[in-house]
Amino acid sequence: MNSHLAIVFRRFRKHRLATVSLAVLLVVSLLAVLAPLIAPYSPTRVTGGFSKPPDAAHWLGTDQIGRDMLSRLLYATRISLLVGALATVISTVIGVVLGLLAGYCGGWVDHAIMSFTDMVMSFPYILLVLVAAAIFEPGLWSIILILGFVDWPGVTRLVRGNVLSLRETNFFRSDIVAGMPRRYILFSEILPNTIAPVLVYATSVFAISMLDEAELSFLGMGVQPPVPSLGNLLNGAESITILTGKPWLWLPAGIMIILLVLCIYFVGDALRDAMDPRNDGI
Amino acid sequence: MKRYVIRKLLMALPVLLGITLIDYLLMCLAGNPLDMMAGPRITQEAIAFKAEKLGLDQPVLVQYVNWLGQVLRGNLGYSYKSYQPVADMIASHIGPTLLLMGVSLAVGLLIAVPAGIYSAVHRYRKRDFAVVTASFLGSSIPGFFLALILIYIFTVRLGWLPSSGMATPGTGGDFADVARHLVMPVTVLALSIAGSNVRYIRSAMLEILEMDYLRTARAKGMGRFLVISRHALRNALLPIVTVIGMQIPTLFGGAVIVEQIFSWPGLGLIAMNAITGRDYPVIMGVCLLSAVVVLAANLLTDIVYALVDPTIKY
Repeated sequence: MNSHLAIVFRRFRKHRLATVSLAVLLVVSLLAVLAPLIAPYSPTRVTGGFSKPPDAAHWLGTDQIGRDMLSRLLYATRISLLVGALATVISTVIGVVLGLLAGYCGGWVDHAIMSFTDMVMSFPYILLVLVAAAIFEPGLWSIILILGFVDWPGVTRLVRGNVLSLRETNFFRSDIVAGMPRRYILFSEILPNTIAPVLVYATSVFAISMLDEAELSFLGMGVQPPVPSLGNLLNGAESITILTGKPWLWLPAGIMIILLVLCIYFVGDALRDAMDPRNDGI
Repeated sequence: MKRYVIRKLLMALPVLLGITLIDYLLMCLAGNPLDMMAGPRITQEAIAFKAEKLGLDQPVLVQYVNWLGQVLRGNLGYSYKSYQPVADMIASHIGPTLLLMGVSLAVGLLIAVPAGIYSAVHRYRKRDFAVVTASFLGSSIPGFFLALILIYIFTVRLGWLPSSGMATPGTGGDFADVARHLVMPVTVLALSIAGSNVRYIRSAMLEILEMDYLRTARAKGMGRFLVISRHALRNALLPIVTVIGMQIPTLFGGAVIVEQIFSWPGLGLIAMNAITGRDYPVIMGVCLLSAVVVLAANLLTDIVYALVDPTIKY
């Protein structure tokens, strides 16, 4: 297993852009996690003049009511990464469990799970999210749950397909013949063999969740102010005076989203390449 | 073929019913439209009367069955807000949405298909790398952010393009005028479609390029252009058809946001208003319509798939 990881790591390192992206992600995450320690001001306290352009005291200027934009950006990144990460964990867990069940049990269980998956999948995503956002009070935790509960169908399909093909392998059959307990087969044989594609898929779920959080918060249905998120920092840019005259209020948050999502995609792409067993280069 | 289509239709029906049921339950959990009218000047009796009139005093499942019964009789109900028939509201807003989605899909594919094929043919070269990187960039930019930047550049700075609506108020909206209004919304939607699909088409094409029949074609001494255009492209149609089918729900969702930003007078706009105003019949109407569109797109994908791929048995 260790040597396998080493090979994956070595292959990953060959993708320069992905290596750089991973470094960027790590640095930004570190900054976000350490936000309470390194942010120059509190993100919710008024510390300067209204809508001041960047200067020495406020590197990214201040917002309409005089809060420091750099501190708000750091905290917003922290919130947005948190939303993306938790939503990804929730949807991946749901997807993996349902996919394992559908693929392993087959029969009516498979049929029921896949019909439900199809239903969720053929639902215009944003309508589901919007309706759900209207149900629960919009806020940090409801947005995490909503995104977590709508992103799983892709994972389910992926895992189910994988389980179905694993069922045809000899090691799976020999487990059955040897009378191994079901739990052992599911979690010690099948799960490790589907981890790689799920991990790759999860990176794109992570990216999409962050984009969706931004979109919803931008529409005012996601993370609610005064809690900053990358989406609701951009919310102000809908007003024309801010859009034209005060780019420091919206440009950094926009660039941060694009940067993070782009890095996540690059890392996911390189991971897929590195973990592909058909890949011959070592 | 006919039996195949009928079977697929029958399989889609329960899914459609399931979607509407989930919609209805979700919507009722979301909150009661009566809460919105409650205020100091409205008596309890008036609310109760209204509830009875709208059928909101009954259990949720009974309400759902009533709604379904009306829909089967061709009646989508009336908006709680404007008292207009929902069918009329949808009919008057569906045109702009279809126009926006259709043009965006066409433009997106016109970018994605050639770019994906180009990238696959030049695999692992700088050109391939550039196309793939650009496609990642395309899918990393949030639609609303791109929309804001476009408005900033082309409306505010340059004053070239209008940023809202579908036609200049006061004018009838001739072709050139509508086209000018279409440019920015279509750019936003088409870029996100192209961004996510270039890689898909590239990998589909890569798989085809490794097939034995292409090696044979090359070994025969056919020119590269002919090999790609005659043998590879035809087989690449399958994944491209799938891509179009998969795009429909995403497109519908993307349209909601884009319509909101550009005040495009389409379904997304009435859907947003209905959701915030808890206008049940309108929400259900739009959800039903979108579910039908998505399922129809899936069905059409399956049928085209069966037509294009002679190895699929039906």
